[in-house]
Amino acid sequence: MNDNQSAGPKLSIRIWRGKEEGELVSYQIAARENQTVLDAITEVQRLHEPTLAYRFACRVGVCGSCAMTVNGRPRWTCRTRVKKVAEEGVLTIEPLRNLPRIKDLVCDLAPFIDTWQKAGALFVGTQTRFNPPATVDPDTSARKAADAALQCINCAVCYSACDVVNWNRDYVGPAALNRVWTLVNDERHGARRETFNMAFGDGGCGSCHSHGNCTRHCPIGLHPAASIAGLKRMTFSGLPKTSPKTSSKTSSKTSSKTS
Amino acid sequence: MDKTLFIVQRITAMVLAPLVLIHLGLILFAVRGGLSGAEILSRTQSNVIWPIFYGLFVVAAAVHAPIGVRNVLREWTALSKPVVDIFVCTFALLLLLTGVRAVSAIT
Repeated sequence: MNDNQSAGPKLSIRIWRGKEEGELVSYQIAARENQTVLDAITEVQRLHEPTLAYRFACRVGVCGSCAMTVNGRPRWTCRTRVKKVAEEGVLTIEPLRNLPRIKDLVCDLAPFIDTWQKAGALFVGTQTRFNPPATVDPDTSARKAADAALQCINCAVCYSACDVVNWNRDYVGPAALNRVWTLVNDERHGARRETFNMAFGDGGCGSCHSHGNCTRHCPIGLHPAASIAGLKRMTFSGLPKTSPKTSSKTSSKTSSKTS
Repeated sequence: MDKTLFIVQRITAMVLAPLVLIHLGLILFAVRGGLSGAEILSRTQSNVIWPIFYGLFVVAAAVHAPIGVRNVLREWTALSKPVVDIFVCTFALLLLLTGVRAVSAIT
């Protein structure tokens, strides 16, 4: 049975249709218990608008591909319950801000990925596949700092939330700088100084206004604003010292980390 | 370049923070007959501390403010980067010259 014709409470959902030019189109779907925003969008696509374009993959907050703007805020739609965000029973869904629009709710993430290159957020190894895995002391302050920022899955929610990115497209944004923070604190990284200097290039750390929107909206609770502040502090304190414990020796106190 | 300017701006901010507080306190404490040039000069001339104090103030301000203005212009205007740099260098020079002129009046 078509849910649009079923009795029971309804949810109004307004969805962006088009590219840069377009309009918000309203749909009525059934309001369900524990319904996520992604469930609602999927219901619209399955029952009302088969040509609606949107992205999702895992549906459980692992991949980050379902990030969209929900009632004005960037969110993972799969991890957002309708009840939590619907304003008077109305949802407004738009694509992520600060990225070129491809169709409907789908954005081109290429400019976001490019910021990583620009910020110097690329790991440079110093070992080969023939070396044993590096052992890294998890208790050093540098490793703890890196670990605290390491779980980013590049969903671009912080990039979309950042007002500085919105008005200054030269700015690389919080995700790339958060990645830089993990690298300059990673004793295995072979180009820490170069990475640090690149992150302070044009459109780098110096452009951050410390608004904190990145931290406020990060779906997994990372603190990119703190990472950027840490990079700024390093201009005075210098890069963390490379731990002398780094070696191929094994120890019960050490564990290997991958980034 | 941007990193150097970032560091220089923070250092000059640290210098300016106590100087500005002392400057504001001085205004509140010292002004008696109105905020006139003659009244100020009568109190500050022939004193070796104030030229040093305000000399440092002028140099720090002439470095600090143009870097901030540079950031604002680069973010908010369509001016090219070389034009912005020329403008802020001129602004820095203007601040320095007018500041040094004022300080020289009390020496």
